[in-house]
Amino acid sequence: MSHPTLTRTPADAWQVGEIRLQSRFLLGTAGYPSPQILQDAIAAAGTQVVTVGLKRTLAAAGDNGFIAAIRQALADSGARLLPNTAGCRSAREAVQLAQMARELYDTPWIKLEVVGDEHTLQPDMFELHAAAAELARDGFTVFPYCTEDLVSCRRLLDAGCALLMPWGAPIGSGQGLLNLFGLRTLRERLPDTTLIIDAGIGAPSHAAQALEMGFDAVLLNSAVAQARDPVAMARAFRLAIEAGRLARGAGVMATQDFAVASTPVGGEPLLLGGAA
Amino acid sequence: MNTSDVIALTLDGKPYEVPAATTLAGLVESLGHAPEKVSTAVNGLFVPRGQRQARVMQQGDAVLLFQPIVGG
Repeated sequence: MSHPTLTRTPADAWQVGEIRLQSRFLLGTAGYPSPQILQDAIAAAGTQVVTVGLKRTLAAAGDNGFIAAIRQALADSGARLLPNTAGCRSAREAVQLAQMARELYDTPWIKLEVVGDEHTLQPDMFELHAAAAELARDGFTVFPYCTEDLVSCRRLLDAGCALLMPWGAPIGSGQGLLNLFGLRTLRERLPDTTLIIDAGIGAPSHAAQALEMGFDAVLLNSAVAQARDPVAMARAFRLAIEAGRLARGAGVMATQDFAVASTPVGGEPLLLGGAA
Repeated sequence: MNTSDVIALTLDGKPYEVPAATTLAGLVESLGHAPEKVSTAVNGLFVPRGQRQARVMQQGDAVLLFQPIVGG
């Protein structure tokens, strides 16, 4: 169901290389209760980019129809696949997995993940940079899952990344945007770079906040997949993301430390001035 | 089989034996996978689909096969 005040306009499209996208909602496909619910959630989200992974054949033990559901949803919507390198701990490993993903999914897009800490699953920016440089030289369109560290992010751009995907909070934690200063700084210092908040988004309000701050899009998975009603939550995120984007364009008012009366009463309040 | 006729390798981390002169393409086929349904790596290095026929299995090779899965 469309909402008249949330209609997208072509002018608000964003781009990854030559690919123009309207939706600013990138959706993960893991952890859904059933293939049908995943398919319905993709439709409700209105997403144009969905993430997928790779797994060893013995460990995978079949996918119980989830990949077929994704492919059907993509056929219905025209959305694109964004394979990831989840589970990689080194640049070498990530580069090999990216090459396998390119062959298997027939896309040069890669969500590059190289984890450096087991507790937080924080990206290893050094290994990430090494892998990104090699993959960019090899023709990949690299979407690096990174921290919000400004200088490291600049290095990723120098290495040839098409855009940046800083974390909001640790993967699957649902904590929202933890380092507002760092994220705001990143947005301000890299005004021409496409920035997508990836990971840590727990509620639609977090996603709206990211778009209000000027981030170009959000990528999330668990917040939808783990909802009691994933399809309804996908729609809630879609509306929140569109609202956040509209608010960014409209101009969110500046905050201040003192009150400013919004009702133009003027002069003395009636009850005190005329009650005697 | 005579030991000289057998190649001992690991497949997705588990011991596995194939006849001598088996190619990576032949291994994928013998496992029942359509060629385009899996990606392959040997000893940690990606082997593109078009090179599987030329890659003859050697003693001790570590073969990994990957397939699509959901992901975030």
